[in-house]
Amino acid sequence: MTQTFIWTVAILTVLGLLLALILFWVARKFKVEEDPRIDEVEKVMPGANCGGCGFAGCRAFADAAVKAPNLDNQYCPVGGDEVMQKVASILGFTVAAKAPQVAVVRCNGTCEARPRTNEYDGAKSCRVKAALYSGDTGCAFGCLGCGDCVAACQFGALSMDPATGLPVVDEDKCTACGACTKACPKHIIELRLKGPRGMREFVSCMNKDKGPAAKKACANACIGCGLCAKTCTHDAITVTDNVAYIDFNKCKLCRECEAVCPTGAIHGVNFPKELDKEAVKKRIADRKAKAAEAAKAAEEKKEVANG
Amino acid sequence: MGKVTFSMGGVHPHDSKFAHGCAIEELPLPQTVYVSMAQHLGAPAKPLVAPGDKVLVGQVIAEPGGFISAFVHSPVSGTVKAIAPRQDLAGNFMMHVEIAVEGDEWDPAIDRSQDLVTAIPDDKAAILDKIKAAGVVGLGGATFPTHVKLSPPPGKVAECLILNGTECEPFLTSDHRIMVERPKEIVVGAAIMQKVLGGCPCVIGIEENKPDAIASMSAAVAELGYPNIRVQVLKKRYPQGGEKQLIDAVMHRQVKSGGLPIDVGAVVQNVATSLAVYEAVQKNMPLISNVLTITGDNIPVERQHNYHYRIGIPLSYIVEQAGGIPDTAAKLISGGPMMGKAISNLDATTVKGSSSVLYLSEAATRRQLETACIRCGKCADACPMGLEPFLLKRLYKAGDLDGLEQNAAQDCIECGCCLYSCPAHIPLLDHIRQAKGQVMGVIRARAAAAKAAAEAAKAAAEAKK
Amino acid sequence: MDKKYIVSPNPHIHANVSTTSIMRDVIIALCPAIVVSVLAYGWSELLVLAVSVLSCVLLEWAVTKWMMKRPSTVGDLSAVVTGLLLAMNLPSAISPWIVFVGAFVAICVAKLPFGGIGQNVFNPAITGRVFLLVSFPAQMTNWNPTPGFIPLPDAISGATPLSALKEALKSGSTIPQFMETNGYDLASFLWDAGASAGEISAGALLLGFVYLLIRRVVKPWIPIAVLGTMAIISAIFSGINPEVYTGVQFNLLTGGAMLGALFMATDYVTSPMSTLGGVIYGIGIGVIAMMIRYFGSYPEGMSFAILLMNCTVPLLNMWFHQKKYGRA
Repeated sequence: MTQTFIWTVAILTVLGLLLALILFWVARKFKVEEDPRIDEVEKVMPGANCGGCGFAGCRAFADAAVKAPNLDNQYCPVGGDEVMQKVASILGFTVAAKAPQVAVVRCNGTCEARPRTNEYDGAKSCRVKAALYSGDTGCAFGCLGCGDCVAACQFGALSMDPATGLPVVDEDKCTACGACTKACPKHIIELRLKGPRGMREFVSCMNKDKGPAAKKACANACIGCGLCAKTCTHDAITVTDNVAYIDFNKCKLCRECEAVCPTGAIHGVNFPKELDKEAVKKRIADRKAKAAEAAKAAEEKKEVANG
Repeated sequence: MGKVTFSMGGVHPHDSKFAHGCAIEELPLPQTVYVSMAQHLGAPAKPLVAPGDKVLVGQVIAEPGGFISAFVHSPVSGTVKAIAPRQDLAGNFMMHVEIAVEGDEWDPAIDRSQDLVTAIPDDKAAILDKIKAAGVVGLGGATFPTHVKLSPPPGKVAECLILNGTECEPFLTSDHRIMVERPKEIVVGAAIMQKVLGGCPCVIGIEENKPDAIASMSAAVAELGYPNIRVQVLKKRYPQGGEKQLIDAVMHRQVKSGGLPIDVGAVVQNVATSLAVYEAVQKNMPLISNVLTITGDNIPVERQHNYHYRIGIPLSYIVEQAGGIPDTAAKLISGGPMMGKAISNLDATTVKGSSSVLYLSEAATRRQLETACIRCGKCADACPMGLEPFLLKRLYKAGDLDGLEQNAAQDCIECGCCLYSCPAHIPLLDHIRQAKGQVMGVIRARAAAAKAAAEAAKAAAEAKK
Repeated sequence: MDKKYIVSPNPHIHANVSTTSIMRDVIIALCPAIVVSVLAYGWSELLVLAVSVLSCVLLEWAVTKWMMKRPSTVGDLSAVVTGLLLAMNLPSAISPWIVFVGAFVAICVAKLPFGGIGQNVFNPAITGRVFLLVSFPAQMTNWNPTPGFIPLPDAISGATPLSALKEALKSGSTIPQFMETNGYDLASFLWDAGASAGEISAGALLLGFVYLLIRRVVKPWIPIAVLGTMAIISAIFSGINPEVYTGVQFNLLTGGAMLGALFMATDYVTSPMSTLGGVIYGIGIGVIAMMIRYFGSYPEGMSFAILLMNCTVPLLNMWFHQKKYGRA
């Protein structure tokens, strides 16, 4: 009995040592030489492997960063400036800070606002649906509601609201990796500046149809009337193909466009106070009156000077 | 000769040819027609008319927009009202010419008599020009310009002209009716194409479920006595009318992946195309009309029709003429139930390739709830291209483009057999179609890059000289 | 259009098959064998069948509902099929609680943890049976026939032909002697061979399988490969030494050969998708089963053979594909 024990222990020990030696030898023999900084950079990365940076994953990003002459062409949207600073310090580069962004859903075609005109019965995929036809509502530009963006989000930041049939972004979870913007066949989701304390203005519509057609398809549609563009004092709004767009780099969050929009297609979020449309409209009217007065005065002056 | 069929896959849906006994009726003209500029495969046609122009029936209103494109003719006489985008049956905007119908005045060059012209012109180039000028495109579904198909590239020789009279899609009967009612014209059309292709043999393939068409076509072939034309009876099996499947069935040859039928010496044309070729060459009649079936499940026979319609007539008008949409209809389809397109916009207009308006009931067409794949392999058994749809769907979901290409996602012919036969009701084709698109994109990009690289190398070599 | 019509990609019609309809066909195909076994073994066989099916269905329902929190898959009848196949692999005298343990292993170990129907690597019914065989060897090999509704003419008490044979060979007798003492002939194998429900009548199983073939539920290649391999191997070995190795007829018609080849090896989920893969899989089963029968310590090896070959299925699926059009 004792002998059996001894033999067993001895054989297993020898076997273990032998295998350990083989492992050691194999590890030495097949070792791949790599820049150790790749590992270091990878360590400070978020490790989500989401591909938001345009590389296959965090390691691919690190590999490219180590080989690149500078970090100008690389940015990790998930880790943001914090991670980029760390990466830069490891590699001895400097990077400029980038303002944080967030995914914004630019369609407000809720079930009530946008009546269904037919019933879609294919695979539950926006891509499939978009390839098939213009959609199950009168609007050929709006959200198809199959949730490709939700499936694409690796951070659980998107969910479909069953009441509206539209995706909702959880700002705290959104890392602005941009996966949803690529997944949406209608290009409804856009990465926009998160704004001070999350305050931002955007046009929640993509409908390029002419006003009456857009309005018929969806009560919340932008009809391309251009009131907002005329009102904007910061030159931030353009209307192309019957739909307005706010340039988030120029917008000063005055909310005047939101107040004048006849269909409520312009949305302002995270503002501390509710928008007092009348007050803003009065402000605009006062300003316009003043401007008109000033113009008149200038005209008169001119006339006086000329006369 | 016994009955033949293709070698792999395929399914046997109930043929439901309820309207096969309905003789072709002439559809009355509406007040307005909308002629689409994108009725064919390839580049859209460019309009040659302006609002306010008067046009005659058969007058050219648009010219080809590229090498693979086709002429478009006015199907009616009247005044051009507008040239504007209009939604097609899937709701996408396409350029249309709107014409208000005034009377029915024909272009005098067109021979409208019913006399059969059997003498075939000698000049091949002239025949091809006539076919091109008449805007003839393949009427079997793909609407590929016929004159392009009848001009094999240099070095390729047509060994067999296959006339596709299979009409393997359930419900459809338009090809069946023209084979019964106008067999001689079809045979003359086949003889014309045979001549253009250099006198290769011609096989007219007809499925066994159309005995009257087989009889009338055989009689016409015998009576007209052109050499080297015969009728081949095929077993009933979907998708026999697929170009690659038909070549396999008739010639026992397989077209290589990414290749063209002419690579194995085959040219396939639909019987309706053959009729259009006859009219174009012998009668100077451009392609301005076609035959369309109105049918469906649980539709009384008196509401089923085979209409000879002018291209450009809105679907809604045709539906109205046929007594409106039946209450039982839950889905409207343009084309057959296997490969047709669901109609989301009934105001859309008919195009050269329109072959049916099909009403399907809720019970027949509603998709069942998707359940887990049980790996039964029925989709792979059904695939006429020998693909493995279950695998392709999985690779697509995983985003594995290399895997998709290795497993030949690009060979999919979108026939629908996989989804048709899936017991778990998994929307296989919906996903594989996307996968195919992505793989084709990769292949095209690679070809373009290779071409650019070759040209750059050539330029560099020349610069060296 | 006021009415909202349906819009979807093609195809717009369906073959009208479903997982449920396929499972229903399998159940119908098992019926002849079930009827024979109930007639032969009476109420206790009925009890085993009932306990097995009910346990499988209840366990699947409970686990999908409360643990996996997803729509129940009981409606697809796959649990019923598993229950029936498990019961047909058990002796009729076995106590119900052991049947329940087998059902538990089949559903809660072999099937659902892998993700439920379509995802399991191993055939659930066989996993359940093998678990019972190694855990309760005494009960699982107690083949005392319970009283049936019709008398069995030449049932051997206490052993299946295969285990009786193993004992006989151990005690030194030869196969011709064994056959003679037990009075086996072809007819007795086709209609009753004194064994578990699924082994009792090869004829009834074949009848059911023909139904499956007609309904196009399964293709015959896997069973042909399994039985063909077993036949070839037994022909070679019995040709070399008929004293020690049993013949073709005995091997094909006894034990789980028929049930295994016709109903267990053809399980969609755990068999290869391609025809060639299926044939190789079938040959593997045949070889392993015959090796166990001839050289192993167990009298029967069908279950082990199928389980072992189940492991190779992902590999076979990776290596062997359908023949593609235009890519010869």
